[in-house]
Amino acid sequence: MSRPKLLALQLLVAVVALLVWHLGSTVPLGLGADGKPFFLLPKFFFSTPLDVLARVWTMFASGEVYRHLAITLVEAMLAFAIGALAGIVIGFWFARKPLVAAVFDPYVKMMNALPRVVLAPIFALWFGLGIWSKVWLGVTLVFFIVFFNVYQGVREVSPVVLSNARMLGMNERQLLRHVYWPAALAWVFSSLHTSVGFAVVGAVVGEYLGSSAGLGYLIHQAEGVFDVTGVFAGMLILMVFVMAIDFVVTLVEKPLLVWKPGETKTV
Amino acid sequence: MSAGGSAAVAPRQDAVPAVALRGVSVAYALADGGRYEAVQPVDVTVEDGEFVAILGPTGCGKSTLLNIAAGLMAPSSGTGTIFGRPLAGLNAVAGYLFQQDALMPWKTARDNVAIGLEVAGSTRAAALEAAAAMLKRVGLAGFGERYPHQLSGGQRKRVALAQVLVRRPKILLMDEPFGPLDAQTRLIMSELLLDLWQADRKAVMFVTHDLDEAIALADRVLVMSAGPRARIIGEFPIPLARPRDVAEVRSEPEFHRLHAAIWGCLRDEVRKTYALAAGEGRA
Ligand SMILES: Nc1ncnc2c1ncn2[C@@H]1O[C@H](COP(=O)(O)OP(=O)(O)OP(=O)(O)O)[C@@H](O)[C@H]1O
Ligand SMILES: [Mg+2]
Repeated sequence: MSRPKLLALQLLVAVVALLVWHLGSTVPLGLGADGKPFFLLPKFFFSTPLDVLARVWTMFASGEVYRHLAITLVEAMLAFAIGALAGIVIGFWFARKPLVAAVFDPYVKMMNALPRVVLAPIFALWFGLGIWSKVWLGVTLVFFIVFFNVYQGVREVSPVVLSNARMLGMNERQLLRHVYWPAALAWVFSSLHTSVGFAVVGAVVGEYLGSSAGLGYLIHQAEGVFDVTGVFAGMLILMVFVMAIDFVVTLVEKPLLVWKPGETKTV
Repeated sequence: MSAGGSAAVAPRQDAVPAVALRGVSVAYALADGGRYEAVQPVDVTVEDGEFVAILGPTGCGKSTLLNIAAGLMAPSSGTGTIFGRPLAGLNAVAGYLFQQDALMPWKTARDNVAIGLEVAGSTRAAALEAAAAMLKRVGLAGFGERYPHQLSGGQRKRVALAQVLVRRPKILLMDEPFGPLDAQTRLIMSELLLDLWQADRKAVMFVTHDLDEAIALADRVLVMSAGPRARIIGEFPIPLARPRDVAEVRSEPEFHRLHAAIWGCLRDEVRKTYALAAGEGRA
């Protein structure tokens, strides 16, 4: 399908959905038993698209949202950086030392089996209500994704490529740099979208469960006073925020993965 | 051209052999706890400067023997010596052209070739220059910036050849190097290989399943029997004069005599391999 046509269809979906929402919440279907107008999507529960947009506008116009965006961004970036670094180092270590991997294997599985949300309160207790309890929550999510990918990547280096590299005279250190590292990095990058996404999830969930700033906090505040417009406005901002981050990730990974056999283009 | 062994053909007998495998046997451990006796004790010697081709039916253990000579695998029994020194661990003076794709997919063709020099201590600039020159020799000038997945199977093989040759190893181990190439390219590559080899005679162990290729290139052809427990069942000196023209040499009467003799030796083994496989298929 041509690109403009696809774009038009994608837009159509949004227009239809917004239209249904708008009509459902503003045009009454008739009068209810109590004599009041009856809506398909009552404003109290669903707000209206125009109200939500207006709220987003005021949030940006008043400037109050920037601080929250910045806090969530910092938390997510710290969570990603620390989680990815730890995942890479420990993933390498486990992959190169089978004994270590065998000993820790059940514990790694146990830790990973734990739904991370339950850690939020205890992290708040340990690290306070500031950004660090959110950062560490994100770290526990990012770490396992990166760890498993690096572990897999290092262990699944093609034995022939490895033998060849050895025959070319590489020592252990050179193998690490020229063979294991690029192989592992490819796996890390293939999971980059997931791990960055989880860094944001960690931050937002942490904020939601107890904080005084951030997008999660904004949404939680609005929910606390049944301000549905505020909840939807927060969610909209969060969605765009995550998509913007995802876009940056795509820009970063493109030049780093040119060697990967991907889609072949002919002209 | 005379068929008698000229001085150019005979390897230098005074020197120690480049590769000497004595009583080498290989048994693979199978996943179910059993063992597969791939190769019976065999003796293989490659003199310095000698080009030895190894022929044999598929699955007989040709790659296995090369892996032993490369030091990638220890034999189950027997010993290997390289220029008189016992083979323990990797064979550092050998270059190995693998049967499978072995290029690093994350490096460009040029970097794949250069890396062997870089890890040996060359400056990057010098390594890249040598790599570019070697790529040109194998007919891939202008392909240096491509990644392996952007090359054809034959081009990848040629990059691998450049990767091995650029390090100037004293021993060349080549496992069906021209396997995936078409007939014309095989001929051109054979010529190139002979040219390069003629310039600084290395010891070569060359595995192939192409009888013509073996005779055209080698000083000596070894024929292996079908596995399991493969042996060396034939040894044929190739007294064709050098330097040879890979294409022309095929029309010499001596070539045909050798072809008939070696095929007579190989034929039954090839049949045996397929008979065995068919039998297993029925079971
Ligand atoms: N890791 C292994 N474990 C068990 N058996 C093996 C292993 N590697 C090879 N073999 C067996 O050893 C025999 C010899 O294998 P090898 O790869 O040396 O054959 P080959 O002569 O190179 O064959 P081809 O011409 O098809 O490349 C084969 O029967 C193969 O099935
Ligand atoms: Mg083989």
